[in-house]
Amino acid sequence: MESLSKRAKVLEKKPMTFAERAYLPAIFQGLTITMRHFFRAATKKQITVRYPDETRPFSPVFRGLHVLKRDEAGRERCTACGLCAVACPAEAITMVAGERKKGEENLYREEKYAVSYEINMLRCIFCGLCEEACPKAAVYLQADKMAPPRFERDEFIYGKDRLVEPVTPDNRSKRGIQLTPEQADKLRAQLA
Amino acid sequence: MSPLFLFLSFVALLSALGVVLAKNPVHSVLFLILTFFTLSGHYLLLNAQFLAAVNIIVYAGAIMVLFLFVIMFLNLNEETEPHKPALAKIAAAIAGGSLLLILVAALRNVSPAGYDAASFDSQIGMVDRLGLVLFKEYALPFELASILLLAAMVGSVMLGKRETGERNF
Amino acid sequence: MTLPALGWQGLVVLATFGISLLIATYCTYAERVIAAFLQDRVGPDRAGPFGLLQPLADAVKLFTKEEFFPAGANRALFVFGPCLAMVTALMSSAVIPFGNFLQFGDTIIHLQGIEINVGMLYVFGIVSLGVYGIMIGGWASNNKFSLLGAIRAASQNISYEIAMGLALIAVLMMSGTLSLREITLQQSVAGEWHFWNIAKQPLGFIIFIVCAFAETNRTPFDLPECETELIGGYHTEYSSMKMGLYLFAEYINVFVASAVMSVLYFGGFNFPFQYELRDWLVSSRGLELVTAQNIITILGLVGLFAKIFGFIFFFMWVRWTLPRFRYDQLMRLGWTILIPLAIFNIMLTGGLITFGVIK
Repeated sequence: MESLSKRAKVLEKKPMTFAERAYLPAIFQGLTITMRHFFRAATKKQITVRYPDETRPFSPVFRGLHVLKRDEAGRERCTACGLCAVACPAEAITMVAGERKKGEENLYREEKYAVSYEINMLRCIFCGLCEEACPKAAVYLQADKMAPPRFERDEFIYGKDRLVEPVTPDNRSKRGIQLTPEQADKLRAQLA
Repeated sequence: MSPLFLFLSFVALLSALGVVLAKNPVHSVLFLILTFFTLSGHYLLLNAQFLAAVNIIVYAGAIMVLFLFVIMFLNLNEETEPHKPALAKIAAAIAGGSLLLILVAALRNVSPAGYDAASFDSQIGMVDRLGLVLFKEYALPFELASILLLAAMVGSVMLGKRETGERNF
Repeated sequence: MTLPALGWQGLVVLATFGISLLIATYCTYAERVIAAFLQDRVGPDRAGPFGLLQPLADAVKLFTKEEFFPAGANRALFVFGPCLAMVTALMSSAVIPFGNFLQFGDTIIHLQGIEINVGMLYVFGIVSLGVYGIMIGGWASNNKFSLLGAIRAASQNISYEIAMGLALIAVLMMSGTLSLREITLQQSVAGEWHFWNIAKQPLGFIIFIVCAFAETNRTPFDLPECETELIGGYHTEYSSMKMGLYLFAEYINVFVASAVMSVLYFGGFNFPFQYELRDWLVSSRGLELVTAQNIITILGLVGLFAKIFGFIFFFMWVRWTLPRFRYDQLMRLGWTILIPLAIFNIMLTGGLITFGVIK
């Protein structure tokens, strides 16, 4: 039969030579290979990342845990338009919209805001489409945080309490990257 | 009679009785191994170190392992034990009792020849002495026995050899 | 401090016992580190500096685990099995000469537990008893896998004991004695070129070391515990410190096998140029002969332990290099290759001795 590729090798079944049957040369070959690995591990830098002590750097395009951003004045940017929920291929986002009352202008930027905003992290595939869909630049996927493991399923439904960015400037981050003290000071001056 | 001798004899008799009386055949074999140990102890008391060591290697270490091996394979227990007829039991008791009687009668009047401390050769059981005796006085029987064992070993190797046409993995 | 000679000897026995246990303890650590390094991993490094306290942590773990008795197990024998394995393993290190002798004034301390003139046979006898611990434990567990492991251990040990004994006979033909101390002393004679037994018995050594692997149930011959087929083999049902005793016994056996190989084939406590060094210490350094001899003894002790550790390392190195044999391959290797080869070695040695090539 014509072979489909040219890579096929014709194997000849030869009787084993004495060295092969004696088995000892093969054993020594194997021993030298493992010994090479032993010295590599003992002398060169090891490949192992000792996790709790050192962490691997995230990739620059890494998409992690969501955050709902605030604007420069510390108001929530989200206006509960629902575009993120529409864009979401995994249908992980649900929200309830509400009207901004008088006196809440320093809390919410737009007249309509999200009363509740929930992302189910078990459904989420971290594709980042919500981030692209958002017209108000409110939802972002952080580059340095992940949804940690939990024991209960309902603990994976993240509400506003865990999604909205903290108010104090020092806890703020820009695309997940922590602000430097200078940036935080600048932001504090703006807010004052 | 030294206390060590008394102790060894006591354990030897007790474990020998255990061999016969134990219900579980595995226990029987273990008692037999203990008996061999006490016998080796007796050899040591007689200053026969080589004999003691060989007794442990050959009997306790090899033959009894095979015994245990077979008994474990058969998985004998009380349910599968065949019940002998009463007549056979009585006959066995009579035969065993008469053997005991004969042994006691034969050994009753034996007085062991004591050793004189001055002329006693303390090296008598040592391995080099034993070797000299075996290879000088008993060279023929020794060689015959060794040929027998060698033949047995060659036989076992032949049994293990691959036959032509046998499946070769 | 005055102690009778027997008291000193008792201390030596105690030290031998302690060293066996200590080495077995740290073998568990060494095995993991070596395995890790051979596989480009890190190994235990959390407990203490370089993970050196890992054996302690393991001991605490084993002691606090649940004692489990399987249903239908023979309870007495189930406990007796691991105890027997441990006792036989510890007994065999008693006759190994770890060093020549130390002399303080009139007291001479031989660095050897007991000196008996059938030392090698003693080791052999105790090793052949070691299989009972495995067999009894495996049978008493009332588990098919344990039983299979026990039966494998039995037939494997018996088969390889024969080849091991035959390989040993070639050494004994040259030495003319069974005493391990005598065999060691013969391997180095003052003032002449004298080689260790490995130079005269290379084939015998290869047979012996292969059999040592099989006798200690180490990979590639660890079929009694073969986890791919038998779960854990004879110790499937064991937990807690009873399991620990089995593992410990294996490492002590490895230690004893290494020590025996060092003594039989690698000169024991001898090291090259020891007599020259002693004479140099006396003549150039102005030491007394006794002091110089003591220094040589201590250096020899260190040398023997270096050899032993080398062999232990080799045991572990092979374990993480070679895959396990299949059972019929194991039996075929033992009966149809090693035993004829060992008999050939005996005849070869006999011929060479007759024609005066070696002595």
